[in-house]
Amino acid sequence: MKKFWALFFWFWPLVALWVCAIAPQNNWWFPSPPLSSLGHQIDGLFYLILIIVAVTFVGTQFALGYALWQGAVRTPEKKAWFSHGSHKLEIIWTIVPAFILVFISLTQLEVLAKIRVLTSFPKDVQNAPVAEVMARQFEWRIRYPKPGTQLMTEPRPGDLYFVNEVHVPAAKPAMINLRTQDVQHAFFVPRLRVKQDAVPGLIIPVWFEIEKAGEYELLCAELCGWGHYKMKARIIAETPEQVTAYLQRLEQEQNEDGVADEQASQ
Amino acid sequence: MATITPAVETHSHHDHSHEHGHGHHEQSFISKYVFSTDHKVIGIQFLITTILMLMVGGALALAVRWQLAFPWESMPIIGRLFGLFQTEGGQISPEFYTMLFTMHASVMIFLVIIPVLAGAFGNFLIPLQIGADDMAFPVLNMLSYWFMWPAIACFGISFVAGGATAGPGNGWTSYPVLSDIASAAPGSGAAQTWWLFGLTLVGVSSMMGSVNYMTTIINMRAPGMTLFRMPLTIWAMFITAILQAFALPVLTAAGFMLVFDRLHELLPTSIHSGFFIPSGLVVNNAEPTVGGGQPLLWQHLFWFYSHPAVYIMLLPAMGMVSDMLSCMSRKPVFGYKPMVYSMAAIAGLGFIVWGHHMFTSGMNPALGMTFMTSTMMIALPSAIKVFNWIGTIWDGNIQFNAVFLNCAAFVALFIVGGLSGIFMAAVPVDIYFHDTYFIVAHFHYVLFGATLFGVFAGIQFWFPKMFGRMMSDRVQKLHFVLTFIGMNGTFFPMHLLGIAGMPRRYADPYLHGYLEHLLPMNQFMTISAIIMGCAQFLLLGNFFYSIFRGEKCGRNPWNANGLEWSAPSPPGHGNFDVPPVCYRGPYEYSSPEADAVGQDFILQTSPPPAGVARTAVAAH
Repeated sequence: MKKFWALFFWFWPLVALWVCAIAPQNNWWFPSPPLSSLGHQIDGLFYLILIIVAVTFVGTQFALGYALWQGAVRTPEKKAWFSHGSHKLEIIWTIVPAFILVFISLTQLEVLAKIRVLTSFPKDVQNAPVAEVMARQFEWRIRYPKPGTQLMTEPRPGDLYFVNEVHVPAAKPAMINLRTQDVQHAFFVPRLRVKQDAVPGLIIPVWFEIEKAGEYELLCAELCGWGHYKMKARIIAETPEQVTAYLQRLEQEQNEDGVADEQASQ
Repeated sequence: MATITPAVETHSHHDHSHEHGHGHHEQSFISKYVFSTDHKVIGIQFLITTILMLMVGGALALAVRWQLAFPWESMPIIGRLFGLFQTEGGQISPEFYTMLFTMHASVMIFLVIIPVLAGAFGNFLIPLQIGADDMAFPVLNMLSYWFMWPAIACFGISFVAGGATAGPGNGWTSYPVLSDIASAAPGSGAAQTWWLFGLTLVGVSSMMGSVNYMTTIINMRAPGMTLFRMPLTIWAMFITAILQAFALPVLTAAGFMLVFDRLHELLPTSIHSGFFIPSGLVVNNAEPTVGGGQPLLWQHLFWFYSHPAVYIMLLPAMGMVSDMLSCMSRKPVFGYKPMVYSMAAIAGLGFIVWGHHMFTSGMNPALGMTFMTSTMMIALPSAIKVFNWIGTIWDGNIQFNAVFLNCAAFVALFIVGGLSGIFMAAVPVDIYFHDTYFIVAHFHYVLFGATLFGVFAGIQFWFPKMFGRMMSDRVQKLHFVLTFIGMNGTFFPMHLLGIAGMPRRYADPYLHGYLEHLLPMNQFMTISAIIMGCAQFLLLGNFFYSIFRGEKCGRNPWNANGLEWSAPSPPGHGNFDVPPVCYRGPYEYSSPEADAVGQDFILQTSPPPAGVARTAVAAH
């Protein structure tokens, strides 16, 4: 029975590793490869940490299982090893992990700055948000500036509005201004690895560079009330020309008063 | 030897109280078992209360799991039993779902984990392990338990205050302004205010305990019980008490600020502050808000308490597990002083890492970098502890009982919880994982995998001292296997859900196309959770059965070293029949001194045998 327990503690980490190994082929992994420039770097950092963590996991679980195995196979007469510890070992296992941990944090700094620090954003988006994304219970309201003008903090006449669909240019950096009208929300686009809370009272710039044209899910990631789960929206990345065409269409629809149509049909 | 002298004072004090204790022998039932000032009774009261609350919190969790595995299907039993949700056709409504996870977390954190460690084990063990006859302030100690009940009552009222399906639903973190403005959610009205009262009362209870523990540990140690002869449990309790004393006031203050923001909704009062409400918000078509507050302030204040609280929920279990691993491996703790220092380091660093909960919150990015580095560094003392635990078991004469198995599981699962934490410390990676199931996996590995397994071991280990009887080891082993398998089956896949980008606190994640295929995995997790939940009845049954029918035992059934094992089982009022004097550290298993008396342990109270004596004592 003792051996059973030792094997038990060896066995479950193997199951855990096996589950992780078969996860990607079963679609239990990232929803897709990263589809933004920052996403690649974020995933790179994830895999770097994953390797370090996996090695540590295997090492420590094996050592724990081995210690149990030793205890399971020994004869009861044999005395336990009387030891209060080892100064040398303590120093080794303090300094080595310390270096690894500092190394991990240093590798993060550059990407963190790119994601968050406004002055490290790509130059051409820094002061040119394509849209304002205003979260509210339980939808996303998008405000584009009147074509040919800059987005202002407060709404201006001629601004274009839409709900739950953000059109942005693909293959070049784009920045949005994130706000909330009521409670806290978070702007989460899993395939782009983008997440940013929308905080009442703050306007927070968020940028991303979507590599390929397409549709990307946008969700809320900060509890915002009973309908938190259903703040479903999408980001549509397309060529700059298509975005311009979309905005023109939107402007037309918005200025549509029904009178012109009637006159035309008469 | 000089260290013994100042403690002589304690000794005489002890004698005095001991006599005093004798005077109390003909106490009424009420003063003996209900409003008792005896730390052991209070500890057991805390333990039984928290075990029952564990079942409540578990039931809430199973309801959450039900919705995630079988979204919008009628709840079995509960749906019909209470006739709830009739308008929804027996379904869990989304606002009820937000209440479920909010109250699951609140019950588990504030009514189970914190009180079971500090309240139950802290109370029971501190005086016994340091050789005192009781706590420094017995009446305060009694109050700390009886303040739990108003807290439980407030949480109870919060379930129904806003209507049967609109309990507090803002998460245990209760971020404003969702939790601050009544119109923001069905559960943000009176329910939220009662929840805040409950939280404050739990804080009052913890604070009374913490003052008591610090005073007792500093002042009431037996002669010879120097700081570095204290068991690691006591070190952990001491450090935890300090953490509570310094962190709790911040939460209490923040709680009051939030109450003041919202009190006018409950009472006709002119108190109407706006600490966390910025101006101009239009919540649910209500009037725009007036204010100049800042919601991020709450996050800073809340996490300034709640991150140290994570260690309040872990450190005592770390200490207890160190004690038990040493005893069950018949070996001294490997690296006793590094263990103490690393706990102190965790506590110290614990105060400067709160910002890692806020990496996506929009706070200044420069702060993010600072918090990332401090968070990475807190992994270091945790790693040191893991290595030392493995060192403690290494080449030991292992007793494979359920106490040991639960402790080994503590180490194995804490490794998982610790390692997954590294992903979250790294800001860019955390940005993806923030508020996904990866986080849920991480903290359940720490709080369930580590702390609760430590508690399961602790219950069985100190049960003989509490009741003079043993729990059935066979039943505990069965409980261990089922809980271990159920726990991993429930929480390990959560890592994968998190990587797949499934956000937490979603009543129906499958609304989003990219998460649809994760339903079967969630069903597997729910089945595992049900197995795990059912297994807890084994613990409950074994616990209550053994109180009355368990095998009787003597003072020291585990052949352990600590002072508590020199007292009778169960100890009478005043604890020790012979005033204890401590001659050595608590972990001298298999030492030459022990050999000299022909056994593999030597009680801290055994006078040194002639010859070996001087050197062994002087070595400390």
